[in-house]
Amino acid sequence: MTNVLVCVKRVPDSTSEVVLTDDGQAVDGRYAGFTTSAHEECAVELAAQVTGADGGEATVLTLGDDDAVEQLRSSLAVGCHAATHVVAEAHRFGPADVAREIAAVVREHEAAGRSHDLILLGNDAADSGDFQVGIRLAYELGRPVVNGVNQVSVADGVVTAQGAGPEGHETYRVPLPAVVTVLEGGVEPRYPSVQGRMKAKKVAIEQRTPATEPAGPDRVRLLLPPPAPSDVQILGKGADAAPAVVDVLEKLGVLSR
Amino acid sequence: MATVPPTARVVVIGAGIVGNSLVHHLARLGWRDIVQIDKGPLPNPGGSTGHASNFIFPVDHSREITDLTLDSVRQYKEMGVFTESGGFELARTEARMEELRRRMSSAKAWGIEAHLVDPAFVKEKVPFIETDQFIGAFWTPSVGVVDSLRAGTIMRESALETGALTVVPTVEVVGLDTEEDGAGRRRITRVRTTDGDIEAETVVIACGVWSPKIGDMAGISIPLTPAVHQMISVGPCPQLAEQEGEISFPIVRDMDTFCYERQHGADMEVGSYAHRAILHEPEDIPSIEQAKLSPTEMPFTSDDFDPQLEQAYELMPELLGADGAEMRYAINGLLSLTCDGSPILGESEVRGLWTAAAVWIKEGPGVGRAVAEWMTHGHPEIDVNASDVARFHQHQKRREHTRLRTTEAFIKTYGIIHPSEQYESDREQRLSPMHESQKKLGAFFYETAGWERPHWYESNAHLLEVYGDAVMPREHEWDSRWWSPIINAEHLRMREAAGVIDLSAFCIFDIEGPGALESVQRTCVAQCDVAVGKVVYTPVLDARGGFKSDLTVMRLGDDHFRVVTGGAHGMADRKSFTDQLVDDGATRLTDRTDELSTIGLWGPRARDILASLTSDDVSDAGFGFLTCREVQVKGTPVLASRISYVGELGWELYVPMDAAAGVWETLLEAGSSHGAVPVGIGVYGTTGRIEKGYRAFGFELDGERSIVEAGMQRPKVKTADFVGREAYLRQREEAPRTVLCTMTVDDHTSASGAKRYMLGGEPILTRDGGTLTDGHGHHPYVTTAGSAPSLGKHVLMAYLPPDQAVIGNQLAVSYMEELYPVTVGSVDATPLLDPANERIR
Repeated sequence: MTNVLVCVKRVPDSTSEVVLTDDGQAVDGRYAGFTTSAHEECAVELAAQVTGADGGEATVLTLGDDDAVEQLRSSLAVGCHAATHVVAEAHRFGPADVAREIAAVVREHEAAGRSHDLILLGNDAADSGDFQVGIRLAYELGRPVVNGVNQVSVADGVVTAQGAGPEGHETYRVPLPAVVTVLEGGVEPRYPSVQGRMKAKKVAIEQRTPATEPAGPDRVRLLLPPPAPSDVQILGKGADAAPAVVDVLEKLGVLSR
Repeated sequence: MATVPPTARVVVIGAGIVGNSLVHHLARLGWRDIVQIDKGPLPNPGGSTGHASNFIFPVDHSREITDLTLDSVRQYKEMGVFTESGGFELARTEARMEELRRRMSSAKAWGIEAHLVDPAFVKEKVPFIETDQFIGAFWTPSVGVVDSLRAGTIMRESALETGALTVVPTVEVVGLDTEEDGAGRRRITRVRTTDGDIEAETVVIACGVWSPKIGDMAGISIPLTPAVHQMISVGPCPQLAEQEGEISFPIVRDMDTFCYERQHGADMEVGSYAHRAILHEPEDIPSIEQAKLSPTEMPFTSDDFDPQLEQAYELMPELLGADGAEMRYAINGLLSLTCDGSPILGESEVRGLWTAAAVWIKEGPGVGRAVAEWMTHGHPEIDVNASDVARFHQHQKRREHTRLRTTEAFIKTYGIIHPSEQYESDREQRLSPMHESQKKLGAFFYETAGWERPHWYESNAHLLEVYGDAVMPREHEWDSRWWSPIINAEHLRMREAAGVIDLSAFCIFDIEGPGALESVQRTCVAQCDVAVGKVVYTPVLDARGGFKSDLTVMRLGDDHFRVVTGGAHGMADRKSFTDQLVDDGATRLTDRTDELSTIGLWGPRARDILASLTSDDVSDAGFGFLTCREVQVKGTPVLASRISYVGELGWELYVPMDAAAGVWETLLEAGSSHGAVPVGIGVYGTTGRIEKGYRAFGFELDGERSIVEAGMQRPKVKTADFVGREAYLRQREEAPRTVLCTMTVDDHTSASGAKRYMLGGEPILTRDGGTLTDGHGHHPYVTTAGSAPSLGKHVLMAYLPPDQAVIGNQLAVSYMEELYPVTVGSVDATPLLDPANERIR
């Protein structure tokens, strides 16, 4: 039985045009809505798979304002069993602050008899992109850490984490307890089922206040990158475009002549 | 890709179901040089059409909406994009079963096949439904789904094929230019876009949830609000995946939980109207680039949907809980809502600038045809008066009003709405000067055009004892909801002594100037070239001879006419007159509604009461019927008009607003010794008029009825030209295809023993329940129902096939699925009470 803690962050959906808030401190989610990043969705899926395989408990944790409950419930609906909410204004917390808060939860849970053998995080946050929390958390807890993998399985007290590396496919075997940060692409996150959603609604969420005053992210402001040049190329219109389309398909290797 | 041309005969803004249908019908009706633009790409530019659930339940309590829906279904079928699935509307409660019985009335009245069925019948067609969750259902076999995007493409392409249409997608409107003409009316001249300007004399705003934003560019109000309708899609469900095609099971509307379940291939779509009203502003809808899915598929807020999910699961646990079935699509879809639930169609106060908005998939093609006909001929075949953009009063043009009303109404989308039910939000917008006095009298207020109107007065409750059973009490809660026997007591007292009625909601406008007579003559059927001081009651027609209104006109001077009309339809009437104003730079229409209050005084003692307050001659010889003149009422000058809508001697008194409260008190004080009481609109609008067979616009009179069919023709037709004259002359030569009749109910006893009283809308059948059909192919239904206390009868009005329009003919009315015997009492305008009109003298 592996008990997994998976950490998520409520972020604006940035799959369409990204809009910043007026003060440049955050991404504005008013049009696209809020979600968790694709990395974290995969981390949640892996948590569900690992605990589904050996009967362990998957706990989802977030640090965020009252609205972040939505992301906890969404994770509960797709396979997590318990949830912890550190109620705080996320933008006042830098990566070191967040790592310290997660570590505090892990220690307290452990003291209360709930160990988290495996801690899964997304590789990086979709809004602030700090790339730090996983490593800082592992350091804080004195645990081994594997970064940027997309497959995770657990057997005999060892976590096997795999992913693409610069030299090819990489596989790590690390003894538990451990921390792993996840990249999207290795697993297909499930959609919630109706019963899953109904069950998620009924789970009592553990609410906590931050353990320490945050030092802050020291962020001056966010800037949008210049819009990427459009790579749309119009091949033609109607039947006249057919030869050009065939050429492209051939070039892509999906068509052989 | 086409580019924006510099000129066009007509510009249609929007390429959703409405815009596409409109360009198709315009081209079919001979329009050329049509330019259609949309800010999105084709075929799905990102509006509400793109995410619509696309199913159609044809039965609605509104005749207008039903007609538009039936016409749309016909068009969808012609295009081959309609799949008949059948549909159930479930009842979980007895109150809902009663509502479904009432729905049967509407189905029969509109001639749509429907049946009340038991849960086992539903289970046979929808095997995955749990029958212990509901007690019965309303089955409509002709329910179906359409491919609205495909339909739009077919219609757009049919217009393109004729060469009449240029379509330019991904072009955004940035401005609408107008200019003023000699009669002070503005007209549209130009559409400004991100790709250049288009000069055009006709422009149609058909861009759904964005319409208010575009309307603002020309300074017109299109009062709709984008509102969220939540929808999820659960699948793949093995029970559905085994079936071929998009839909193989009937659609289920779970009426009491305000949600529906609609199969879509291997998925079950669950849509909800149960959540809180989630409204947006048109300006806050994301752009195509900002939106994750499309601009009108907003992020799903799952908390709002959770209660629905449990109810849907209870109804279909095996299906929605099937292994592998996941919620793979969930949106807060935007659709358009209006303050009164009707679409917004027609020409705006800016000439040449039209709107076709707040239209759902089920009405889209029908609306496209109706508006195209309206633009071409001046009138659509299907009467769409209730959807006329001209209907809105100033207070309704505020966004706040739309927000408040739609917030109140959203939860009633599948609700049980009593025909007399009043809105609670944004009331007290217009208060008559006697409002405080009326509150002290215990007035029960209804709303008309924003005005608070006493429907009856609790202060008259003591009359119930005086008149006993003559007040015709109603024992059934539904029949007596939004009603009081006090109305009938007030009625009897008015007939016995007199009543004082606040009519401040009337719309009043003056037409003055050298072209005043011609302007009025062009608009009205009746001869208005009469002596100064004459009062004329007249229909107003459209070009095919259908009713646009009925109202009164007073000639106050050679070049001065005053029009008095009902509040509800007053703004549309104002447009009818404005449209006919002589463009001489000197003839003007001035709205006096806010300056003048109207007080009615009627009853056998009305003359005694008025005489006690004035030294002016109010005798029949000195102040004849259908004349008007100024009189002093205790020193206040008021314009008095001797007419009556309740069939009694009396006057309408037009009083300056600031003096109206005083005159009201004076009349009540002076009247009390004569037995007069304040009387509410319950008498004025229903009991008083129905005993006299007076027709009302919106009930007996609409665009599909003629003067002849309504039994209102006069011996002669004036020689001066007026709108609809040719059609009217033709109608007079033809035998009517339907005849407006007045009937009385012979026996009210239901199977349970309780006496039931119809409220309007019920089908009229043969005595043994057989269907009747008139020469238009319509089935008769009750246009007005009400007590006639002076006759001791419940009276119904309905258009009957001519061969059934025979005095003494015995028919039946179907009410809540039971038959009640009725007898025809009048087959023309002859009133049941006082047929010689002696009381009016």
